Amino acid sequence: MSHAAALPPLVGALVALLVLAGAALAMIGSWGLLRLDGFYNRIHPPTMGTTMGVALVLAASAVLFTALESRPVVHEAAIAVFMIVTTPVTFMLLVRGALRRDRALAGNRDGTPAPRLPDDAGAASAPADGR
Amino acid sequence: MTMLEAALLAAQAMIALGMAFAVARLLLGPRAQDRILALDTLYVNGMLLMLTLGMRAGSTLYFEAALVVGMLGFVSTAALARFLLRGEVIE
Repeated sequence: MSHAAALPPLVGALVALLVLAGAALAMIGSWGLLRLDGFYNRIHPPTMGTTMGVALVLAASAVLFTALESRPVVHEAAIAVFMIVTTPVTFMLLVRGALRRDRALAGNRDGTPAPRLPDDAGAASAPADGR
Repeated sequence: MTMLEAALLAAQAMIALGMAFAVARLLLGPRAQDRILALDTLYVNGMLLMLTLGMRAGSTLYFEAALVVGMLGFVSTAALARFLLRGEVIE
């Protein structure tokens, strides 16, 4: 833990600010996940942590290691790009799955068959066509 | 203890608290999609905790661990969401 003392004070303050802001966003997002009612409300708060929270902590890490190693350290960008690409994919899949379950439940209560999503119908008809 | 070390420790405490919130939602449910969302949040917070651990240690080795945690989180959440979308006996 002696490496932090060797940093210029301004860099230390910048890293501290970035990492605290990122961690606070991640914590507030998780608190919203616990507090809100209903799945479709709950899916919003964690995105605070996955977008801005991750971005700020990664920026803090990049600034710290650039200052420590006296060379540009930008490998944190790999995680940033990865999160930007994957978070919308997983959440869209999750909401589609939740929507399908909710529709199926509503259909069962009415005694009517569950409405299907378009690609469900496509998947169901595909074997009948022999394709 | 310098200001930066105190800030990193406070950030780790906040992220750990966020993980505790996610675990509470994971246990409370009430439905499968809530638990999957809580698991995804837990993974992201765990990745952030790994990054702050690396910053405290002054080592870039923890970066690879954070990358692996992020990838495993994506794969597991995508697989579980696929399961909800496809093969599911309606409760």
